[in-house]
Amino acid sequence: MKIDQPKYKTSDVVDFVIVGSGAAGGVLAKELSTNGFSVVVLEQGPYLHEKDFSHDEIKVLQEDQLTNHPKLQPNTFRKTPQDKARPQRALVYGRAVGGTSNHFTANFWRFHEIDFKERSKIGPIAGSTFTDWPISYADLEPYYTKVEWGVGVSGLAGASPFDPPRSKPYPMPPLPVKSNGVIFERAARKLGWNPFPAPMAILSQPRAGRSACINCGFCLAFGCEVGAKSSSLASMIPLAERSGKCEIRPNSYVHKIEIDERGRATGAVYFDEQKNVHLQRAKAVILSANGAETPRLLLLSASSKFPNGLANSSGYVGKNLMFNTGAVSVGVFEEQTNDYKGYAVSRILHDFYELDAQKVGFYGGGGLDARFDLTPIGFGIGGLPPGTPRWGKDFKAALAHNWTRTFEIFGHGTSLPVENNSFSVDPDVKDAWGLPALRLTYKDHPDDLKLAHWLAARSMELLDAANAKQKWTFPIDEQQFGVHLLGTCRMGDDPKTSVINPDHQTHDVKNLFLCDGSSLVTSGRGQPTMTIMALAFRAADRIMALAKRGDLA
Amino acid sequence: MLYRFFCIDVLARKNYSPKKKDRQTLLITELDRRKFLCRGIAALGATWTAAHWPSVVAAAEHAHHIALFPEDQKWEFFTPAEAKEVEALASCIIPSDGTPGAREAGVVYFIDRALVTFAIDDQKKYREGLPEIQERLHELFPEVASFSAATSEQQEAVLASIDEAGAKSVPRRPRGNFNRPNSAAQPLFEVLRVHTIAGFLIDPETDRKGNRGGVGWALIGREPGHSFQPPFSAIDRDYPGWHPVTSVTAATKDADKK
Repeated sequence: MKIDQPKYKTSDVVDFVIVGSGAAGGVLAKELSTNGFSVVVLEQGPYLHEKDFSHDEIKVLQEDQLTNHPKLQPNTFRKTPQDKARPQRALVYGRAVGGTSNHFTANFWRFHEIDFKERSKIGPIAGSTFTDWPISYADLEPYYTKVEWGVGVSGLAGASPFDPPRSKPYPMPPLPVKSNGVIFERAARKLGWNPFPAPMAILSQPRAGRSACINCGFCLAFGCEVGAKSSSLASMIPLAERSGKCEIRPNSYVHKIEIDERGRATGAVYFDEQKNVHLQRAKAVILSANGAETPRLLLLSASSKFPNGLANSSGYVGKNLMFNTGAVSVGVFEEQTNDYKGYAVSRILHDFYELDAQKVGFYGGGGLDARFDLTPIGFGIGGLPPGTPRWGKDFKAALAHNWTRTFEIFGHGTSLPVENNSFSVDPDVKDAWGLPALRLTYKDHPDDLKLAHWLAARSMELLDAANAKQKWTFPIDEQQFGVHLLGTCRMGDDPKTSVINPDHQTHDVKNLFLCDGSSLVTSGRGQPTMTIMALAFRAADRIMALAKRGDLA
Repeated sequence: MLYRFFCIDVLARKNYSPKKKDRQTLLITELDRRKFLCRGIAALGATWTAAHWPSVVAAAEHAHHIALFPEDQKWEFFTPAEAKEVEALASCIIPSDGTPGAREAGVVYFIDRALVTFAIDDQKKYREGLPEIQERLHELFPEVASFSAATSEQQEAVLASIDEAGAKSVPRRPRGNFNRPNSAAQPLFEVLRVHTIAGFLIDPETDRKGNRGGVGWALIGREPGHSFQPPFSAIDRDYPGWHPVTSVTAATKDADKK
């Protein structure tokens, strides 16, 4: 359906300009515009539609059709602030209307109660700025429900004995089980664990004019051609546009937040596709540009009034970055499972959500899932067991045998916030627009690495119980690359140790709000998008309440 | 069989009210603009190739040393001589040993196009790397004129001498699928290996010229098409459904007694 969006002039002072159209930006645009506020969404990437998505691995994975571009937008990496950062690809995020929600795996785990209050329970951890959230699970619960019903999440309420309380069941039953899910479930039960149907932001039934999943098998990293994956693009953006109050403006690369002499935000400065510079004026500005680009934008907006970067009186902008801990083990089975068909994950377990540090010797927790998220070329390059010949007839025979018999056990877990782990701006390297490149500084907290090994050991145990014919774990190294970009403008009550308050309002600039992965205080157990969307629904309520009280002027 | 490829229920989204029995019925609208879903032709191509494969491969093996390219083949990057060498190299990585390999999948055409599109930065590597492989061949087998003219055993010996380090490497997970060979730092063989695999396993419906007739997907057992319905294998076909842990534990015990 063709929708006529309103076209605002840059000189129009709209109610809100939102930077970014992903998991958070899409939800905020929909909530604010359908409640009568005028909204302009500035999206760095293009406006792609379902018809533009394809299963061309080259276009998506080599030519970066949906994601940030390493040549136009180089990154640098260093382990510690003492090192000189070197050019290296450091992150992937969605760069198109819909953001990273276009290509995510769509695991939609709620955070549990413990994720918000864990610091109080276990005390301080050396080398970490670990702290509690200023809000609780109960504060967010209604918004988790809003996400499930608003964007469309398939799942089975009450299936996990570890699930936090919920006010409503899922709107749809789980997706059909995959063969790797059946094997995972049987093996986990043999071990006394509690596997259950994975909650997924993918439609198991047609809903709201969108198709149910057709099991095409190109899910992680790809856009969904039938709108079954509950991205912002499929679920929220159309509703925002239909409100008649929201303009989505693609190819608009924001590089500065304009501030007046009173220290209030007056709009966002951006390059259009031809690199012409514009200022979109607005009464309030919301950054939902992701956990890397939101802090970068604040740092790029430094001025005489805000010499360390905008909204950075705490010095915490860009810091306390968390990637989530991950470990991937792989099994090859005698029988064909054909897990290339279908979405990625059908069974998970949360028995290890909260490990006893006294027993295991480190802080952390996580979950396991069974998945096969490799597409044919990726599998051919890196999916065969160690020791398999890399070319020739034995290589070919392994390709032919293993593709239909391989799946992975993925361990997802906590990352601890470490102050030095950060996104900042590189002093030397520039992007294609002449702006300082993103610089990643990251060295895993030792407990995170211990957790990765611990989760991998459980995955191997499970593969044993499942009678895998071959099994191995991909090497676990210190992370130098991330896709979960969390904690870099954390929420808190104390302006000295946080960037935003519980209303997502920056402590320093009254009409500037931040809402995306950067808002998270802790990392959860590996599936942040559900919580990012829930925070966005909640932020919209808080921001609208402030606007109605006249508190943003 | 063909049902899988052609039978997509086209239902108007608005008017569709799902009944229980077709809860999982595919719902696709605007089918015309989603041509990727209608993969019948590719399916027939792969099926035909599979059925006729023994005779095709016999002919190909017989003609192993005969140039297979049409006389008027227009290359986008390679010289005809380079194309012949690259095809021989790719064929050594994924050989035609009774089933289709890189040669039948048209990998050389894929790489030729790659080098003027997404892999344009690798042009130099190919242009300079091919003579180096030729030199290695001459060191080992001075009497052989070119890699493409060598016997399979000679070719394998050359590649083995190039791939000493790689053969011992530990596979790494393609990063969240964002696999990107760091090609600048790699020898031609590493890049060629990745390009050969890509040309063999790319979605045959793309215009990348690889995986001709879907032979690569047929080899690994990936059915053509882009929509599938459960059951996906015998394992999930026989699955009784999810139950809370207590009742299933009991059921498993019963099953164990049998």
